[in-house]
Amino acid sequence: MAKITAGIACSHVPAIGVAMDQHITEQPYWVPVFEGFEFSREWNKKNKPDVVFLVYNDHCTVFDASCIPTFALGCAAEFAPADEGWGARPVPVVKNHQELASHIAQSLILDEFDMTIMNEMEVDHGLTVPLSVMFGDKTPEDDWGTLVIPLAVNVVQYPAPTANRCYALGQAIKRAVESWPEDINVHIYGTGGMSHQLQAQRAGLINATWDQQFMDILVNEPEKARKISHLEFLRETGSEGIEMVMWLVMRGALEEKVTEVHRHYHVPASNTAVGHLILENHA
Amino acid sequence: MAEKEYDDIPGTYVFDADRSRQGYWLNQFCISLGKEANRQAFRDDPEAHMAKFKMTEEQKQAVRDRDWNRLLELGGNIYYTSKLGAFDGIVFQDLAAMMSGMSRDDYRAMMVAGGRSPDGNRYKSEWEKK
Repeated sequence: MAKITAGIACSHVPAIGVAMDQHITEQPYWVPVFEGFEFSREWNKKNKPDVVFLVYNDHCTVFDASCIPTFALGCAAEFAPADEGWGARPVPVVKNHQELASHIAQSLILDEFDMTIMNEMEVDHGLTVPLSVMFGDKTPEDDWGTLVIPLAVNVVQYPAPTANRCYALGQAIKRAVESWPEDINVHIYGTGGMSHQLQAQRAGLINATWDQQFMDILVNEPEKARKISHLEFLRETGSEGIEMVMWLVMRGALEEKVTEVHRHYHVPASNTAVGHLILENHA
Repeated sequence: MAEKEYDDIPGTYVFDADRSRQGYWLNQFCISLGKEANRQAFRDDPEAHMAKFKMTEEQKQAVRDRDWNRLLELGGNIYYTSKLGAFDGIVFQDLAAMMSGMSRDDYRAMMVAGGRSPDGNRYKSEWEKK
């Protein structure tokens, strides 16, 4: 059967993608950000996934104000990198495991998670930056080296789904994957965060203490993490810090006990605290 | 509008359904600038391009003024208004500096030094004391 063997949490700051695309990762500003990804890329080669289930948010690229699905599952054959106003990122087209995606959609809906199904969709930096972090430099002619099932979560218009709901969705994703007969290795990514506020007079807010505590409880006491309120995210981590609910989807899809094999935290990348975890399931 | 539990967070516009409703056409105008054909139309004739969207006069004026916080106050969302910033060639971090009333260099230095501390920035009452 298919098995989720690891969960990866990763910020998806667009500037990380820009730094890679413009080959400026050796600049002093970026060195401490990318140093923390060196282990991850080696680990990823040794633990190569067949499929990545990638939880991210679209930044008004595909879903403008006219349509705001809370959970949208990518079921198309492939997803092209989107033009976000500066031309599309020069990275490969993202290819889906379409049969597994359809199975997950069906399983989740029967499990009472009412998903939106996307049979045509482009993907923005929210999805491609974490892939770049884990798979390294790629050109449009390359292959990512994995199939990807995207799950777009609304975190732009308040309220995002609650931490608790995201965690429960993760548990349902685990059930869906484990009921697929093919023997394949699946990784799940929870992306976005950590603390950041991009807007208004309080822009630039970073809460490193909170971020580190969040990583601790997410790993070791997820039952506590799933109870974090939206108000706490907004007040303590900035208006855009609420993206961290997506890390709860990842955590919910793992076993109760996990091994933290890697943690990286750095401030800043542009306006944002970069946080990154690799968690392995026991057994 | 009913009072909301997040109304006491200072310097923050939580983009909820009320703001989304108020800012709908403003945001749709901004996001149109993600496409080159629309950027060209806006360059050629700003008023004519704005007229395609049912914005209020206040919203149009805030666009003309590039008053970034006013745009948020009138229902704009940062992921949308940043497309107008990009149209002007303003990178995201500089936009953040402008909205927080800091110079580009001061803002950048604050971020490199660890960002804006949450201490003293959690409640409006903390700002009123300053």
